[in-house]
Amino acid sequence: MRESKTILTVDDSRTMRDMLLMTLNEAGYDVVQAEDGEDGLAKLGDMRPDAIITDINMPKLDGFGFIEKVREDPSYVSVPILVLTTESEQDRKDRARAAGATGWIVKPFNPSKLLEALRRVGA
Amino acid sequence: MAGIRVVFFEECDEHLGELENGLIAIQEGDRDPETINIIFRAVHSIKGGASIFGLEALVGFAHTFENLLTKVRSGEKALDEAVIKTCLKAADVLADLVREANGGAAVEDGKADPLVSTLTALSSGSSAGAEEAEEEDPELAALQFQPVSVSFAELDVAAPKTLAIRFKPGLAMYAKANDAILILQELSRYGEVKAAVNTDALPLLDGLDPREGYLTWHISLLTTQHPSLVREVFEFVENDCELEISEAETIAPIAAPPPPVIEAPPTAPPVSFAPAPAPAPVGPVEAAPVPNQPQTQGSIRVDLDRVDRMIDLVSELVINQSILVQRLAGERFNGQAEVSAALEDLDKLTREIQDSVMAIRAQPVKAVFQRMSRLVREVEAVTRKPVRLVTEGDATEVDRTVIERLSDPLTHMIRNAIDHGIEPPEKRAAAGKPAMGTVKIAAAHRGGRIIIEVSDDGAGINRERVREKAVERGVIGAEDRLTDEETDNLIFAAGFSTADQVSDISGRGVGMDVVRSGVQALGGRITVTSVQGQGSTFTLSLPLTLAVMDGMLVQVGDQGMVVPLTALVESFQVAPGDVTRLGVETTFLHLRGANVPLLDLGAMLGYPRGEDEDGRHVALLVEDDSGQRAALLVNDILGQQQVVIKSLEANYREVPGVAAATILGDGRVALILDVNAILSRRRRVCAEPKAA
Repeated sequence: MRESKTILTVDDSRTMRDMLLMTLNEAGYDVVQAEDGEDGLAKLGDMRPDAIITDINMPKLDGFGFIEKVREDPSYVSVPILVLTTESEQDRKDRARAAGATGWIVKPFNPSKLLEALRRVGA
Repeated sequence: MAGIRVVFFEECDEHLGELENGLIAIQEGDRDPETINIIFRAVHSIKGGASIFGLEALVGFAHTFENLLTKVRSGEKALDEAVIKTCLKAADVLADLVREANGGAAVEDGKADPLVSTLTALSSGSSAGAEEAEEEDPELAALQFQPVSVSFAELDVAAPKTLAIRFKPGLAMYAKANDAILILQELSRYGEVKAAVNTDALPLLDGLDPREGYLTWHISLLTTQHPSLVREVFEFVENDCELEISEAETIAPIAAPPPPVIEAPPTAPPVSFAPAPAPAPVGPVEAAPVPNQPQTQGSIRVDLDRVDRMIDLVSELVINQSILVQRLAGERFNGQAEVSAALEDLDKLTREIQDSVMAIRAQPVKAVFQRMSRLVREVEAVTRKPVRLVTEGDATEVDRTVIERLSDPLTHMIRNAIDHGIEPPEKRAAAGKPAMGTVKIAAAHRGGRIIIEVSDDGAGINRERVREKAVERGVIGAEDRLTDEETDNLIFAAGFSTADQVSDISGRGVGMDVVRSGVQALGGRITVTSVQGQGSTFTLSLPLTLAVMDGMLVQVGDQGMVVPLTALVESFQVAPGDVTRLGVETTFLHLRGANVPLLDLGAMLGYPRGEDEDGRHVALLVEDDSGQRAALLVNDILGQQQVVIKSLEANYREVPGVAAATILGDGRVALILDVNAILSRRRRVCAEPKAA
């Protein structure tokens, strides 16, 4: 068995960050948290998360910009990125996908939905 | 989960603050897109968090609010006055709903509804057309649609059937870190998978682009699930691949002899799909294990209890340290340079620790100031007096406990300022003042205390009326002569209210006397100054912390006693000729042309009389919060000292005349004098014989 997997979560809402942290920790993931896109890139540094979960609406650098930046680096092409979105935001899913998102998690999510989405992208 | 709920509500408060600040900035002409982004995000985040906890009313309202803000942000809706006003009201209702969700008072039913209509009307008002109406609530539409499709799927399909799936991943799919193998694994959760791969398009190695998709998968899935659910497995990739799903009979290609058939076990190790073009970048995919990085954030959240526990411990440390210093100074280490140098360092460090720990509890007054702007709007609406609120020194930091308890006195003073202070616009115009009144709250540090001023540019205190009322209510005698300052401060007297009739705004059964006792309970003082026609200024002086204070250590009988420095005016020697006795109980001291009551502290507190009591000639002139003065006769003054306040009630019981206790450097307990109680006791003592 390899060590537990690490997820980078990027969200400006502390509630959401804590929610992700709790759910992911309970499922056995390690979590690194970032507060916005810029912070996400900084935290990414040279770590290699097994997946990234990011919000779209964030100060400084939003989710779209963040995903584009991550994908620019060839070594991160294969890291799955899930965006947090709400049901109504089809255009956002499309934009996120265009930016390079692997998939999405519809808010509000319950733990099983979150873990299912991660499983589906292989993390 | 409960913890996250707490975080959510804390965060809501922050967002509501940002929202309010942003809207106020916009009201004042700020059109920075980032400001609009901030208010949008604030509402959006509240909605997002609320949905986690199923707070439907909050989600619904935030959603309606957000719709309008979306239009504003995209520029579809101009930020005119109507929109700004509506947003400000919506921010207030949002705050109410948050409070309600957090177990606070329920929001009256009628309050949100008209606003929801206004918000909706404004959101849709920008463009016409039937499309708009549909777009009104896309979330709801989506939600309504989905359950239908799911339930159908479950009802409809009971018997397993075979689905034929043709799946050709495209280049773009791998570029987004999706992988065919994961899809196949996911499919295997839905039923029995037989997958065949067509490698016809696969070029020779030298012509192979590792990122391109050359393979076509023919999958047969024996499942009880409806095809629409199976299609959802491809949800993430459907735009980046070719995909056909059909019931087996209808699709021909699957029957064509496909090359090797691979069984996909539910937990197929990736290697079994080796021919699949790896989306892999060149280089090792499995990098060194990610170090368990500590979360380096700018701040951490700590339980208040822990901080308080630490403050307690540090207080003990300070006491212990000074005991140590005193013990060592008296013993054989006296005069040893190394020891005294080390002690000095220890002393410095202890104080630094103490300051740092206190700083943890310190917070800017901004939080409480922010709440006041809403209050001003509300009072403005009821009184119909246009008022603007100006704040100054928002960043001034003060102990959290003090901040929490500041809200009530501030609320009351601001209500009063608008209700009683600011004149109606016509009157203001007649007096040559701008029609819009100004209420200002300012905070600043001064001499180890925090000073908060609430001022208005209204009419000032009407001294004649104050005097009339005071006489009428028996607060002062008809013949009493008072200075202007004394008259102004009458408004703090118990049971005093100048409003002719109790108004909705400031007359809630409490007067300024309640404000004063609230401030006093914090160890603070409140005074007012007023200029006729120009306005009034209330000044609150509060300690930065409730845990330590500066005091004057005096000897009373054989006990040490601490007089709070804030109450101390001066100390002086009493010459026998300055003392006048009036009867047995009352003694006056002649001090620079005025007579002040002279109180024998030891006698008042019931200390046994010492031997040379008559030789005492040291007194402290003290002043209580209402400005009453008295001289306290003590045995000796030992010096000024910072003391850690220990509650007497918590450790023993309440003692009249004593505010708290402290532990001195030599380990002895000293009582801290309650100057207000002592002076009011004297007044009662004086008043009683008259009444009899």
